[in-house]
Amino acid sequence: MLHIVNKSPYERNALESCLRLAINGSAVLLIEDGVYGAVKGGSFEGALQAALPGLKIYALGPDLSARGMADRVLDGVSVVDYGGFVDLVAEHSNCQSWL
Amino acid sequence: MSDQEMDMEEGGVVKQFMFVNRKAPYGTIYALEGLEVVLISAAFEQDVSMAFIDDGVYELKKGQDTKALGQKNFSPTYRALEGYDIEKLYVEKESMAVRGLTVEDFAVDVTVLDHAEMAAKMAEQDVLISF
Repeated sequence: MLHIVNKSPYERNALESCLRLAINGSAVLLIEDGVYGAVKGGSFEGALQAALPGLKIYALGPDLSARGMADRVLDGVSVVDYGGFVDLVAEHSNCQSWL
Repeated sequence: MSDQEMDMEEGGVVKQFMFVNRKAPYGTIYALEGLEVVLISAAFEQDVSMAFIDDGVYELKKGQDTKALGQKNFSPTYRALEGYDIEKLYVEKESMAVRGLTVEDFAVDVTVLDHAEMAAKMAEQDVLISF
């Protein structure tokens, strides 16, 4: 299953709920303001680090760059482009968007 | 004639306006709209300041590059505010800390206020406008 999160973890609890309800082996793609969840140094870093062993976590590169965050992505998070976004959707049988 | 009417004759009453920015850029339209209203307000010769709280601190992050996004990068506009006599940019310390940001991460010079100082600054305004 692919989970997509587009909200900042510092403004909404979408990413927190996603990490709580995603089962091991799932993929989580962070897009738009969701990419702030993939960044080093903030208070959400611990929660994401704790989820990393069980989940495959991706962040959309263009959204990181737009926000000036491309150079501080957490180790273990894979950065994908729009083509990678399409591949993730195609590879997974279902998808949950945490609006 | 009241004091206020006297002031009007001398070119209008000057009020303290604070624009309160609490949204990250690009994900929603609030940050860009807020910035445009701030620029418009410069034409009215008021005492204008901007506050950056919560995800609003992300608006000031250095190194924004929106080429791949196909949206306008409006972050250079914050550097132009000085030219419109908008020089009071206040950032809440706690909002920076929780997001792992320091003043070195910002594209403009700001005044960092802790929450108590920010609260006092907000309380002394005549008008607060939220984005």
